[in-house]
Amino acid sequence: MTAVTLTIDGKLVTARADETILQAARANGIPIPTLCHVDGLSAHGGCRLCLVEAGPGGRLQPACVIKVAEGQDVRTDTAKLREYRKLILELLFAEGNHVCAVCVANGNCELQDAAAAAGMDHLTLDYTHPRREVDLSHDRFGVDHNRCILCTRCVRACDELEGAHTWDMSGRGANSKVITDLNQPWGESATCTSCGKCFMACPTGAIFRKGATVAEMDHGRAKLDFLITARGRKQWNV
Amino acid sequence: MPTAPPAAEARPVPHPSGDKRFKLLEVAMKKHQFRPDALIEVLHAAQQLFGYLELDLLLFVARHLKLPPSRVYGVATFYHFFALKPRGRHTCVVCTGTACYVKGADGLLAALRREAGVGPGETTPDDNLSVLTARCIGACGIAPAVVLDGTVKGHVTADALAAEMKGWVPGGTG
Repeated sequence: MTAVTLTIDGKLVTARADETILQAARANGIPIPTLCHVDGLSAHGGCRLCLVEAGPGGRLQPACVIKVAEGQDVRTDTAKLREYRKLILELLFAEGNHVCAVCVANGNCELQDAAAAAGMDHLTLDYTHPRREVDLSHDRFGVDHNRCILCTRCVRACDELEGAHTWDMSGRGANSKVITDLNQPWGESATCTSCGKCFMACPTGAIFRKGATVAEMDHGRAKLDFLITARGRKQWNV
Repeated sequence: MPTAPPAAEARPVPHPSGDKRFKLLEVAMKKHQFRPDALIEVLHAAQQLFGYLELDLLLFVARHLKLPPSRVYGVATFYHFFALKPRGRHTCVVCTGTACYVKGADGLLAALRREAGVGPGETTPDDNLSVLTARCIGACGIAPAVVLDGTVKGHVTADALAAEMKGWVPGGTG
């Protein structure tokens, strides 16, 4: 594989030509925030948190899907990007009902972490307070659509790792929602294997383990990464 | 180590209801060699045959195309064209494209809610009228436009709409 040389935040880095900007940056210790991205699952490019300025005129590109190019000049942390990222997070918070104080994932939430890292401590937008459901029909897990940010990580983990494809997205726009099978209660799903990979992949408290109370729940995300390397590279990092 | 015999090709069974339309749908799917990527075409054929897509019908399609049910449901709900509930005897599609919006499409929708008591995507309890919205029907020159049972009407006002739909809405004043 040919190697390319590019500049990220003024630092000269070398990357394989098939790598994304995100991979090249992270390999060189340059952090780029992400929400919908999980290493080893297919790229989604939906959250737009990983936008970077790349190419002529500082064009905005999602780093998780754009491949590196020879001589590219990438900037990951400009005032404009910081402002946009903050706005994206505000939009996510305003779109759902994210109340950290009563959430099982409080302290173990990637949305909360991203907001804290971006310095988003209050909302300049109005909350939409949508009416969304909670499905507790599964005997081990529950799904609270109020806390869902539609990142599709559960959909991809279920399809690509477990292979069951129990989850998918239904509707469009503001009516979008993750569903199990034919929008049936999760507990009645014929395809679900109750493996819990969707729960491990969920960045927020949307998919939660039953029996956990406020701020008590850990997603066990390390297990998911273990499975990804085990299945993908045949390496069992115990 | 003995090798397992190759898994038998799962053959979806014909629909137990014996409804002839399922047979016709199978023919339509066969025309696409039961390819999973023909899902949208197959859903079109299914809606043409049945008028709307019941959950049972979506599962029938999923089994024959060997697709996960959630994928089929997701596609069916993504496109406004597909209806998961039966439509009313009459339909009124209000265009909410930019031109129609500027010319007062929301006023028409408010009038419909007043007259028929239903909003976009809903059907009156007597199954007589379905109200739908469309994102630009390409008739911007005659905005605001509505489509009543397949006929496009332009320059529509709330009063004109009520007059057009006389008889469709029992309790209406129009």
